[in-house]
Amino acid sequence: MITLFGPPEPTLLERLKESVSKTRSQLAGTVETLLAGERQIDPALLAELETALLSADLGPRTTREILSAVKEKVDRQALTDGAQLKAELKSQLVGILQEPAGSNGKSAAETGNDPRVTFIVGVNGTGKTTTIGKLANRLRKEGRSVVLCAADTFRAAAIEQLAIWAERNGVQMIRQKPGADPAAVVYDAVAAAKARGTDAVLVDTAGRLHTKSNLMAELEKMKRTAAKLVAGAPHDILLVMDATTGQNGLNQAREFTGHVGVTGIVLTKLDGTAKGGIVVAIARELGLPIRFVGVGEKIDDLVPFDAQTFVDSMFE
Amino acid sequence: MFENLTDKLQRVFKNLRGQGKLSAEHLDAALGGLREAMLDADVNVAVVDEILQRIGEKALGAEVLLTLSPDQHVVKIVRDELGFLLGDQSKPRFASRPPSVWMLVGLQGSGKTTTTGKLAKWLASTGHRPLVVSTDVYRPAAREQLAQVAKAIGLPCWAATGMDKPLDIVRGAIRESKLSASDVVLVDTAGRLHIDDELMAELQMLKRELQPAEILFIADAMIGQDAVRSAGEFHKRLGLTGVVLTKLDGDARGGAALSIRKVTGAPVKFVGIGEKYDAIEPFYPDRIVSRILGMGDVMTLIEKAEQHIDQKKAAELARKLRHDDFTLEDFRDQLAQLKKMGPLEQVMGMLPKVGPFANIPRDTQVDEKRLKHVEAIINSMTAEERDDHSLIDGKRRKRIARGSGTSVQQVNEVLRQYMTMRKMIKQYGAAAARGKLRGLGKFSGM
Ligand SMILES: Nc1nc2c(ncn2[C@@H]2O[C@H](COP(=O)(O)OP(=O)(O)OP(=O)(O)O)[C@@H](O)[C@H]2O)c(=O)[nH]1
Ligand SMILES: [Mg+2]
Repeated sequence: MITLFGPPEPTLLERLKESVSKTRSQLAGTVETLLAGERQIDPALLAELETALLSADLGPRTTREILSAVKEKVDRQALTDGAQLKAELKSQLVGILQEPAGSNGKSAAETGNDPRVTFIVGVNGTGKTTTIGKLANRLRKEGRSVVLCAADTFRAAAIEQLAIWAERNGVQMIRQKPGADPAAVVYDAVAAAKARGTDAVLVDTAGRLHTKSNLMAELEKMKRTAAKLVAGAPHDILLVMDATTGQNGLNQAREFTGHVGVTGIVLTKLDGTAKGGIVVAIARELGLPIRFVGVGEKIDDLVPFDAQTFVDSMFE
Repeated sequence: MFENLTDKLQRVFKNLRGQGKLSAEHLDAALGGLREAMLDADVNVAVVDEILQRIGEKALGAEVLLTLSPDQHVVKIVRDELGFLLGDQSKPRFASRPPSVWMLVGLQGSGKTTTTGKLAKWLASTGHRPLVVSTDVYRPAAREQLAQVAKAIGLPCWAATGMDKPLDIVRGAIRESKLSASDVVLVDTAGRLHIDDELMAELQMLKRELQPAEILFIADAMIGQDAVRSAGEFHKRLGLTGVVLTKLDGDARGGAALSIRKVTGAPVKFVGIGEKYDAIEPFYPDRIVSRILGMGDVMTLIEKAEQHIDQKKAAELARKLRHDDFTLEDFRDQLAQLKKMGPLEQVMGMLPKVGPFANIPRDTQVDEKRLKHVEAIINSMTAEERDDHSLIDGKRRKRIARGSGTSVQQVNEVLRQYMTMRKMIKQYGAAAARGKLRGLGKFSGM
């Protein structure tokens, strides 16, 4: 097996040959089984671990860096068996994922009488609208009043889709016609919330690829519009990311952050088999906290992110 | 970002020229670079290792061709191997008796509904009479979405008013297709997880009822390692006949195409390249190969250029490239030609993200208005100035700005762009001359 964290000892080709079949069966296998028992730490174990991290979408660089940190401890003989190795690896991952969350006290800042404005952004189809429906539900349960803002005026039936979530939550939705300027809808929604003393505004935005600068500029404009009405708005900009996303997720996070300043991530579709490991790379590079995870299509299927649980499930 | 593969391989092989065979050591380094590139492109790790094993064996055994440097040689083996894996371009299938049913299946949010609209439009443009229908009775406003899409492209959608069972809906659609003499029925299904047993069984039931000519798996180009699981399960349940890779207009490298092909054997038949309903194209395996390896869609670009660029002008340009006298006049012509090639951002996006192209913004917002300015500015130059840009000093810039109703900054900007393009084209041309990038030879030889 070729490893990313050091020169392999036997020739690569020899290793490849024997590893391919093993890797294959490992696709369905787990690190848990890898590390069961008092397994010795040897290059083969590290290589298998590497495959597991790569399979979880951590990406080659993040995987290499995390593993070399662990490997360094092995070399110092600070770790001696498989169980210790696994614990160490987990705690490294949890550390990466927890750090940004801790430094995120600012986003809970009080907004006084003004509504707290949250933009939900992301590439197409990640689960933005559904997440809004779920977030509204959470806020309602906390006893807060909510207004939904149908600022996806682009995609066919996007407004109708959000309207159904508004109805399910029994909350107001502010809308304009399809094709309207999304910033104008933001204006209407924030103004209405302000006038009515509503606690929160959740803004549904059209899915957009982070590479389209005109669409990113449109988001920037929406942001300026919100700030005109309420100082400091939008208070949160949540980037919704699909757990199946591969390495492109890092570009997404980078670009959305660069253009509009993402304050946190919602990781959706974790009810599938994808592990969502790209958020580890994102947390490492951009320090973005993961705030919620989506675990289904129903209104209650949104839970606060917990690094330990997430990491544990990565190894299940 | 990441060191691109071409650079990496060149570094690895720097000292290797003149040696007849690849050493195991060099090969190791090269394969390591390839591995990282493919993983970065989201090819599944098990698939990567299997491919590399084969590539390694081939590369080690083979004599290095005299005409190729060792890095080029490895790239060639890799390209051939990946191309072989992806298979040839493959045509959509139709039933012997109409209506042909195409079922679109996939995970949530992969782009099924938009793709249904695009395929309908594409079918209509090739002389078919498509009917679209949505069996997504779950997601809020999903059927409404397809109805609106159909309306936007001016094609019929079977609304199945009052029905809420997928089976009833498709039966209605088939009846309707016969009444309206539609020859292809496109069935947009609800997004679902491959582990959702009940919903997967629903698809199997629909398949039994419909006997579709195509069962297309719609996959997001951004999907990562898990693609093998989801695609594999869909295939096991349904027997996929093809794949559509969506959202390729972004910067995802689309390595999942390889993984999916590997686990399902189903060929990629179409790719989605934008939100508009005509943003769909047949799939060209060699293009995705260079994309996965970080070498850009040079071939797409060339093909587009061949389609749209005036042949005589192209020949003239090729001559100029060789003689290194690309003037502002040519620049203006190029912009005009480029405009014909379709959205500029799309064209820019197809340039490889390496070498001279590495730093051009992918999504330069060169809108039509700006293009007009550029043309106005160049039109305001004298023939002499257009021939030799170094003549254009501050005074002349002012005059040109006045003449074109623009500002000196805008004139400067155009000159800067011209110079960038000149530089780019010089290297592009030089590369073509060396026959370094496959396909470019065609371009310069026209
Ligand atoms: N299984 C699962 N499906 C989800 C989850 N979140 C969203 N979805 C589904 O993903 C699909 C897309 O969700 P949307 O909320 O429409 O996504 P969006 O980002 O608003 O999409 P666009 O506005 O079209 O860009 C829908 O079928 C949702 O039901 C989740 O956590 N788990
Ligand atoms: Mg939406």
